[in-house]
Amino acid sequence: MTATVTGERVAEPTSGTSIIEVRNLVKHFPITRGVIFQRQVGAVKAVDDVSFEVKRGETLGIVGETGCGKSTTARLIVRLLDPTSGQVLFEGEDIAKRKGDALRALHREMQMIFQDPYSSLNPRRRVGSIIAEPFVIHGLLKGEGERKRRVQELMDRVGLNPEHYNRYPHEFSGGQRQRIGVARAIALEPKVLVADEPVSALDVSIQAQVLNLLRDLQREMGLTLIFIAHDLSVVRHMCDRVAVMYLGSLVELASSDELYAHPRHPYTGALLSAVPVPEPPEQKRDRMLLSGDVPSPANPPKACRFHTRCPKAQELCSVEAPPLEHKDPSHEGLAACHFPLTEDEIRQRLPAALTR
Amino acid sequence: MSVQSEPTRGAGPEPTRGAVPLLQVEDLRVSFHTDDGVVHAVDGISYSVDSGRTLGIVGESGSGKSVSSLTTLGLTRSPRAQIEGRMLFDGRDLLTMEDDALRRVRGNDIAMIFQDPLSALHPFYKVGNQLMEAVLSHRDVSKQAARDRAIDLLELVGIPDPQRRVDAYPHEFSGGMRQRAMIAMALANEPKLLIADEPTTALDVTVQAQILALLEGLQRRLGMAIIIITHDLGVVAEIADEIAVMYAGRIVEHASAQQIFASPQHPYTWGLLKSIPRLDNPRGEELVPISGRPPSLINRPSGCHFHPRCPYVREAHKRIDPRLEPVPDDPGHEVACLLQPQVRGSIWRALQAGQTPAAARRLVEPAASAPVEATPLAEEAS
Repeated sequence: MTATVTGERVAEPTSGTSIIEVRNLVKHFPITRGVIFQRQVGAVKAVDDVSFEVKRGETLGIVGETGCGKSTTARLIVRLLDPTSGQVLFEGEDIAKRKGDALRALHREMQMIFQDPYSSLNPRRRVGSIIAEPFVIHGLLKGEGERKRRVQELMDRVGLNPEHYNRYPHEFSGGQRQRIGVARAIALEPKVLVADEPVSALDVSIQAQVLNLLRDLQREMGLTLIFIAHDLSVVRHMCDRVAVMYLGSLVELASSDELYAHPRHPYTGALLSAVPVPEPPEQKRDRMLLSGDVPSPANPPKACRFHTRCPKAQELCSVEAPPLEHKDPSHEGLAACHFPLTEDEIRQRLPAALTR
Repeated sequence: MSVQSEPTRGAGPEPTRGAVPLLQVEDLRVSFHTDDGVVHAVDGISYSVDSGRTLGIVGESGSGKSVSSLTTLGLTRSPRAQIEGRMLFDGRDLLTMEDDALRRVRGNDIAMIFQDPLSALHPFYKVGNQLMEAVLSHRDVSKQAARDRAIDLLELVGIPDPQRRVDAYPHEFSGGMRQRAMIAMALANEPKLLIADEPTTALDVTVQAQILALLEGLQRRLGMAIIIITHDLGVVAEIADEIAVMYAGRIVEHASAQQIFASPQHPYTWGLLKSIPRLDNPRGEELVPISGRPPSLINRPSGCHFHPRCPYVREAHKRIDPRLEPVPDDPGHEVACLLQPQVRGSIWRALQAGQTPAAARRLVEPAASAPVEATPLAEEAS
């Protein structure tokens, strides 16, 4: 049964059309004072007016520093959080209106892999029952034997030994636990998989195992993958398109090839410039070091939010917010900047290997 | 303050090359007796580091890289720990030093930056007071002088508005600022040796770049030696002069940073280099993971400790334990591998040309017995 379903999905000639559309998405977390009479004194603007679309079958990367809102965006997309305003359209339908059974049906289509394989698995449940949980929730595969067979198939698929069905999570290493998380996420054969920093808690030698697994699964099942990470090398390896976020807003969105070779937004340039390349540079490149820290998302800078740390900022940047638009007729990418990087600046600051 | 360390203090940044190195570790062994058995955390490693130089120690969790550096500061001393070997710092053996004498060295001549800046700073005390403590415990100065020093230190590591920040609590600092505060604390007494254990692991790339630039700048100014412990080859490439790759409590490869990246010799090093996506490689390139997982340090594999995960293993490697030996025609490069040097060279070239380890294996010996197929399932061997 599963084989035919996957077969059909691969055959769907719909890649390129959008599966998820995010429109003016906003999420504010209130800051309150007082214990009994709580009053709101402000809001952490975690995601502030973000719009983009995810195409069927692609891998979209979301990158940015801690606190830029990338995880919140992911949680809004799978509706683990409710947006303050704005819409998330899944196959053309607003998911915010879904309740009860309809919401559960949505979660059959969209699944999430979490960052920390230690805290995302219940330590008191056996692996078999953790992976079978989606079937229980959705009332599928009611027969005991049928369910067990399917779980063991899944374990085998993600590279776990099916004989370990009755073990507890603590008996597995970090990489194996992440495989358990992956098995649980693909159990219902979702259309969209959201992976929030899936390898950052893993050892270097194990990271590649999990990344390769995700890639293989995507190819086989025709999954759409939203991949969130702060490691730019990993994102480049995995993703077709990349969205760069800064302080809750989208500053650049482009294909991987374009973004890494021709970043337009100075923030993207700074991120790329900061990546250590594992080869001692013959001549040290002109590092574009950002000074200071990310400003507080409770009180972000006016207009362009990056202007306080931007090496190219001018007066206009603190007055008028730049729209997300095409910066170059020959490129498809979008950037929100008044003074995008020039090719010369890119060559000076980026690792030579990228601009070759 | 100890008398004998006085003349060398402030000797300037020129490295004392040719003479005895600042820190010389010889055949260090650290094992812990636990209920499950003896954990051989560090198993006979030797290295040295000189003033003004940076040594990078690379390895996965459980390779013994942190234990070796904690031992430098006497932080692994316990009734259940067995420590052997020699650790000469400025001519004195840190391993046999009395606790009192060691306390005078620790935080004064040798300082350490820990991985997690939030748990390494006390949440209850102001950052400034914690910095003052570092000064006051080694120097006989007034509180006001210590406070001034704390402000200077915060300024040195680039914390804006140090006059005000000195009275802030750790939770008021961001991750990058906490790590800077940790560095400030480590620098309080101008140490000759700074040990940084995964100093940037918890940080964003932008902050990581700031911290690495800061460490490099401080090293140039103060002439200290740095040992940086990390699992990130990119970080050591940026900052280290020399690199030691550790696996299962041993150094399996030791060379200059250039040598490691130009002609790595150990299959484990190849695995590390090939398993991470790199910005300077073509985008579609497949990652080649190292199969399996790090071994238990209680029941270590026989022979070469890496053999269960090595794609080029031969029957003999399961019995013979390789020693760290010089690589022919590559001065200063040492490796612990049983493969022939020519074979290693051709395998690395094949891997660089995009061949898989399984394909490159034929170079080990054309008539080799059937290869031990490395699958993700090998990970289960627990």
